[in-house]
Amino acid sequence: MTEALEAERVKPSSAATPAPPIALLAELTHRCPLACPYCSNPVALKPSSEELTTEQWVRVLREAAALGVLHVHFSGGEPLARSDLAELTAAARNAGLYTNLITSGIGLTQKRLKALAEAGMDHVQLSLQGTDAAMADLVAGYKGGYERKLAVADWVRAEGLPLTVNAVCHRHNMDRLEEMIDLSVRLGARRLEVATVQFHGWAERNRTQLMPTPEQAQTATRIVGEARERLRGILVIDYVPADYHARYPKPCMEGWGRVGLNIDPTGKVLPCHAAETIGWLEFDNVRSRLLDEIWYDGAAFNAFRGTDWMQEPCQSCERRDIDFGGCRCQAMALAGDAAATDPVCVKSPLHGELQTLAASAAHEPDTEFVYRGRA
Amino acid sequence: MNDRPDIGVEPLAQTITGHTVPALPRGVRVHDDKVRARTVLLAPERTLALDETSIAILNVTDGARSVRQISEALAEAYAAPVDVIEADVIGFFEALRDKRMVELT
Ligand code: SF4
Ligand code: SF4
Repeated sequence: MTEALEAERVKPSSAATPAPPIALLAELTHRCPLACPYCSNPVALKPSSEELTTEQWVRVLREAAALGVLHVHFSGGEPLARSDLAELTAAARNAGLYTNLITSGIGLTQKRLKALAEAGMDHVQLSLQGTDAAMADLVAGYKGGYERKLAVADWVRAEGLPLTVNAVCHRHNMDRLEEMIDLSVRLGARRLEVATVQFHGWAERNRTQLMPTPEQAQTATRIVGEARERLRGILVIDYVPADYHARYPKPCMEGWGRVGLNIDPTGKVLPCHAAETIGWLEFDNVRSRLLDEIWYDGAAFNAFRGTDWMQEPCQSCERRDIDFGGCRCQAMALAGDAAATDPVCVKSPLHGELQTLAASAAHEPDTEFVYRGRA
Repeated sequence: MNDRPDIGVEPLAQTITGHTVPALPRGVRVHDDKVRARTVLLAPERTLALDETSIAILNVTDGARSVRQISEALAEAYAAPVDVIEADVIGFFEALRDKRMVELT
């Protein structure tokens, strides 16, 4: 019986028969009051005039549920910037989806949270940029944000909704990881997501400011391991380690076109949030094609499904069904070829160069961030 | 942050006995996954496929029955010894507890 409780591992699917997706990241808008320098949004932010309408999102949510999606993550930008969020939540629940709000908390009032809970919001994931106002507000580029977030955490708990704290880690806040774990417990979070910054989008522009040192990365891994033991049954910790300092790459998206998809504010359907950095890929839009067809037949989704596209050393590697050759967007950015082995991997000819780059970036002097949307 | 009130988080994971009363908290729910023809438990960032025993346990988990009462109900329905069933039920809820997917009182 307990085997059935192991977190689900979707069987590797060949390009010919992909399994239906489990999760949809719905990037409702690129608008956001904060300006995190590691924001995963593309550097070219989409204006609100190009966003999908309420009716279009409602249709897409139904199509997603029919396709097999179980979880919808309302994200952005800041999804609260959409005044129809409660309506979309209700539509998602009616379609049978599990609804998750990924938010900075800015723009939320207790009244609005109640309305969202009544509409059927299942879970709230609140970002914290630091463990005190000075750090958090500096990173988010928003004064008064931290106090506001603590209030939001209290409201979520008062409402009885499960709370996840979302902490993106980088050189400036990684030494405070213990404090972040304690804070999450005090805020009553059931879950903490510790994600080391991934160098796509705005983060790439801030690489020399955000890159952790190899020592910081190691310490963080140890702290997470210890905390998981100590807080078993109290706080679940999901952890994305610093992959620039690793030997093997992360299994990005758990495989391209395998378990999840992203829809951007304009309706473009992406295999991952950074996929647009692969210039030659062509993306479908929900305005002109059914989601079902996009998932199964879309050119962008089929580009890196299965293993046929892989080059050496991935093609003959025993780890190819474990990490899928790493991150396609990282291969594009660092090797100039999206089908190359992720340069994070020790087997990549570029691994040594990347380690040197990461080590030198980590020791650059601290200067100003390039804030998202303000440069 | 140091002046925040202590909200009373228990220091250790709770031990589950026959007297424990389990309940699925808000945000954790059973879902009929029609596309894959199976029943799943949905929770924050997690999807667990449920087998028949798990479904049977959750069907009688109502936030009022204790582990012992749940086990007795199943022992009767499946004509099996209650102690054997209870060990399974405890194992099931321990796994859920460690994933923060059950409330215990
Ligand atoms: S990462 Fe920061 S700036 Fe980007 S959408 Fe989230 S809160 Fe806004
Ligand atoms: S060679 Fe490719 S498949 Fe093998 S570990 Fe490296 S990235 Fe993964």
